[in-house]
Amino acid sequence: MSEAAVKTAARGPRPKYLNLQALLFEIRLPVTGWISILHRISGAVLFVALVWGLWMLDRSLASEAGFERIKQYAGLWPVKLALLLLIWAYCHHFCAGIRYLFLDLDRGVEKETARLTSWAAFAASFLITAILGWKLW
Amino acid sequence: MTQRVITGARYGLRDWLAQRITAVIMAVYSVIALVVVLGGVPITYRVWKDLFSQGWMRVATLLFAVSLAWHVWVGVRDILMDYVKADGMRLAAQVLVLLTIAANIGWVIQILWR
Repeated sequence: MSEAAVKTAARGPRPKYLNLQALLFEIRLPVTGWISILHRISGAVLFVALVWGLWMLDRSLASEAGFERIKQYAGLWPVKLALLLLIWAYCHHFCAGIRYLFLDLDRGVEKETARLTSWAAFAASFLITAILGWKLW
Repeated sequence: MTQRVITGARYGLRDWLAQRITAVIMAVYSVIALVVVLGGVPITYRVWKDLFSQGWMRVATLLFAVSLAWHVWVGVRDILMDYVKADGMRLAAQVLVLLTIAANIGWVIQILWR
């Protein structure tokens, strides 16, 4: 077999099309890709959750009774879980965002560095989420 | 020649740059807010209310809210441009997002200057 034929066989049939099956099972994102799509998803989630956060801020500042109610409300486990998820979303968006600011300045664009900083962003966001979760409850 | 779309971006650097500048403003606010909330006294209603009654906190929070509004607009618009292909649907979604952002800004002002 020629070299090109070996390559083709190794890569599987071409062309490939983007469909749900390909996205879920065939295309495996590198860590930089995960940072990217989660940056987008976390941003969208935070936008949607904004109205909820504003409602809690509004109630907690409106009166002493409102403050106590929100405090109690935030202690319910589904609320806690949702808040923790939002804290993670914020931390991820923050850490990945700072990474993008450096990329915009042409810092850390080499493949190895880009992958390393991606892992660092993941680690940092999970660590900060854990610390904040522990501090809050 | 490029096909221009009415509901697209304005093909410029402005929004891209604005998204980055607002990101930095929000990052600074986040760190300061975190230090204030976690580093100080336990948060009771008095402490919480007093914090948001101070002039600098109100102005800083409003600055954060306006930055967030602009940042969100660029980000959500990018998402809509990527995934919503029908022009009418995209325009409707963008208008809805803009109205939501405007309402949120109004609410923030109401919360801060009650």
